[in-house]
Amino acid sequence: MDRFVFLTVNGVALGAIYASVAIALVIIFRTTRVLNFAQGAMAVASAYGGMAVIEYSGSYWLGFTTALVLGGALGAAARLTVFRSADRQGHLNPIVIGIGLLIVIESALAIAFGPTERHLSTAFSRDLLHLGGTALLSRQDLFTLLAVGVVMSLLAWTLTRTRIGLQMRATAFNPVVARLHGIKVGHILTLGWVIAGVVGALAAMLVVPTGLGLFPQAMDLVFVLGFTSAVIGGLDSLSGAMIGGVATGLALSYASGYLGSELTYVAAFVLLLGVLLLKPAGLFAGTTARSV
Amino acid sequence: MLKGSPDSGLSVSGVTVQFGGLRALEDVTLSVPPRSVVGLVGPNGAGKTTLFNVVSGFVRPSAGQLTWDGHPFHPKPRRLVRQGIARTLQDVGLFPHLTAVENVMLGRTTQRRAGYVSSLLGLPGSARDERESRRISTEGLDRLGVAQHAERQASALPYPVQKRVALARALVTRPRLLLLDEPAGGLGAEDFEPLAELVKSLPGDPDSPCSVLLVEHHMDFVMGVCDQVVVLDFGRLVAAGTPSEIQSDPAVAAAYLGIDPTDIEVDAGTAVTLTEEPA
Amino acid sequence: MLQIKLVRHGLLTLAAAAVVALLVLQSEDVSNFEYIQVAAYVCAAAGLTLLIGVNGQLSLGHAALMAVGAYSAALYLRSGSEDSLASAGDLFVALLVGSVTAAVVGIAVGAVAARLRGPYLAGATLALGACVVGVTTYFDHLLGGDQGLTMPLTEVPAPLSAALTSYQWSALVSLGTALLVLFLLTNLKYSPVGREMAAVRDHEVAAQLCGLSVARVQINTFVVSSAAAGAGGAILGVLYLQIASPGAFTLFLSIYLLAAVVIGGLGSMRGAVIGTVIVLYFGRLIEDRVAHLGLSTAQTDRLAAHLPLAAFGVLLIVVMLAVPGGIQGTLGRIAPRLLQLMETVGGKK
Repeated sequence: MDRFVFLTVNGVALGAIYASVAIALVIIFRTTRVLNFAQGAMAVASAYGGMAVIEYSGSYWLGFTTALVLGGALGAAARLTVFRSADRQGHLNPIVIGIGLLIVIESALAIAFGPTERHLSTAFSRDLLHLGGTALLSRQDLFTLLAVGVVMSLLAWTLTRTRIGLQMRATAFNPVVARLHGIKVGHILTLGWVIAGVVGALAAMLVVPTGLGLFPQAMDLVFVLGFTSAVIGGLDSLSGAMIGGVATGLALSYASGYLGSELTYVAAFVLLLGVLLLKPAGLFAGTTARSV
Repeated sequence: MLKGSPDSGLSVSGVTVQFGGLRALEDVTLSVPPRSVVGLVGPNGAGKTTLFNVVSGFVRPSAGQLTWDGHPFHPKPRRLVRQGIARTLQDVGLFPHLTAVENVMLGRTTQRRAGYVSSLLGLPGSARDERESRRISTEGLDRLGVAQHAERQASALPYPVQKRVALARALVTRPRLLLLDEPAGGLGAEDFEPLAELVKSLPGDPDSPCSVLLVEHHMDFVMGVCDQVVVLDFGRLVAAGTPSEIQSDPAVAAAYLGIDPTDIEVDAGTAVTLTEEPA
Repeated sequence: MLQIKLVRHGLLTLAAAAVVALLVLQSEDVSNFEYIQVAAYVCAAAGLTLLIGVNGQLSLGHAALMAVGAYSAALYLRSGSEDSLASAGDLFVALLVGSVTAAVVGIAVGAVAARLRGPYLAGATLALGACVVGVTTYFDHLLGGDQGLTMPLTEVPAPLSAALTSYQWSALVSLGTALLVLFLLTNLKYSPVGREMAAVRDHEVAAQLCGLSVARVQINTFVVSSAAAGAGGAILGVLYLQIASPGAFTLFLSIYLLAAVVIGGLGSMRGAVIGTVIVLYFGRLIEDRVAHLGLSTAQTDRLAAHLPLAAFGVLLIVVMLAVPGGIQGTLGRIAPRLLQLMETVGGKK
């Protein structure tokens, strides 16, 4: 029972991170129909930036902030350069462009920082806190939940309560109509990429120090899990991505706790396929009918 | 041939289609008797394409039945050809990177005998099959007067030629019912006459007689080729009869006038030639 | 016309086989060793070309199918007595086992892939590629975990042992297999079956109305593509790396293949060969230039390992941006220019 509770709490904390990656993917996908395969690599690059600042200045929080800012800047840069016209192309081109960007970033990081693991510290201690005799979660886990919670709330508030949020929703709903109403769609799209970059960088800063280690491919597998989470939520919905993230976190926590940690990613693959196969109608409804 | 007979044609009875809260078709009943040409007309959004999609199995009706050859009919797109039904698409629907003749050869997919092994090894049997198919397909193109374009890539062909290639692809399946989705759409006036002649000749074709159900905006064309005309509006059947009956039917005028008085005039009168491929 | 094409393919294959045999016999062991890698990549790239270029299905997980080929070949070869050499017969059967096993896995993957489109398919195949490490670790008693499975050495058959070195024999077998794969896939591409694959890529609805089952065509294509990748994986594992280990079949291998296929022009088997040669030798050239920059050993190693990948990333992006409209054919134009570029870069040595 204790083990179950521990795995559950652990799964939720991990799920918060997968949810962040999923949200980064969804924010871009729902406006541009582009799935950014370089999202994980961009997040790792931000984390490397954070690490460099922490090592240079000795301040974790300065590095943490740098990583988020860098993430946003990378998002904007990607949107304004290689993904500039991606939303007007077929589905194959943006995928290949994302893959290209992924290996450019990862090999550039390997050249600049070396391919071996670097140390990135956590914000808080990873020692487990005991609650009523049960080892539950660490201060770092609490920070993870809090940070993701704050970011999600900010995002939700922005989307539902502000003018810019309204414009973002209008653009996601129908870019052409949004443009006719005087919304600067290009700026709104870029803003989406910036937010995605920041959220992705946050995920990297949270997940890298807790077990992964900082190396150029660190986020490849987290990306796959974030994608799984996003697909569970339907790739279009931010709240779906949140739920998908937590579901993925829980599923993997139980799988690795009860079946063996080697199976984490196989479990993720099975989960992804299960969702894709059981819910294809939900994901592709109407595509055949529309093309006739 | 116990109950049904191959001579009972297609009938649609009481078909209703619901998309969420929207009724795209409501209790529509019509029939396409053997050796006849039936036209389906109506303003945009009247449900013509939805009805086509029901008959070709892309849309499942929420109520109503279809019968084909006297048997209950539950169409599936990829089974249609084997059941003797061919359909053209509004967007032409050619395979853009294949040549015209290859497009038509794909209409004969169900006759292919060569399997994977002989295809992998390039055995002579498959080559013979292929020659035969190419010959028949070239004849199919020739029948529509576009054989000279056989080896050109489909996407590079002028729009009217593309339409004819698509029609040739449907005809080489030797259908007993042909569903034509806007066959005259995008064609110039000079292309109407040969197309009308061809459509009119299909039911009486000595080799493989074929009835036709067509959706079309050009009223002159519809009135010229159809034996029967069915008018849809807001998903409901408004009128059905011979072209002359339809032309004098007040309900038809209302259906069109109620939507857009210029729609029908403009469509019937103006011949628009598209030179570029539609997006 | 078709028959002319098929006869031409047969003659071309025979001519290529003769050239390959001469090349192998004239070459040093070092070059022959490289030819084995080229042959392995060509098999997989040809399979991927059929899948992406002809049928329009993207796979970012072909390295996993190569891994299936390598591991199943290893299991077959190790099922004999421990330290004996693998005979020619064993070797051929091992390559066949690798190919067939990958094809069987391809049925399952293809059945899933047929239900997915665009980014969903790309993400799912990416996830498949990420599974290799987990599977090999979980079944480490069978698959050897991180260490992988070592292969027995192959033996040059007796009548040839006087004339051929072991590397020449391996290169002949590898390149011969690659030519066979190219011959078969080219035939397939120009057959009615290949036309149906292209039809499904071009217009799924119209393909259905021609009586095709879109899913069946897609699964069949995936199976053939997997078989080619499996043969490539078996060659890579048995003859080149002489080990099947998870580290050899990473996402980067899948991306190498994707780069080869994209650079080669997506769709032609000749393009797959040119793309593979460009990817492998362009990489070698960059490594070579890096070695002459006069940097420290550590820096040189770092650059040599990662600069080629960065270059392919840039190349992938540039190619995709330069041809925004479509993927078909037009990309082939870039290949000759790249070859020129390579000659210029190589000439500076």
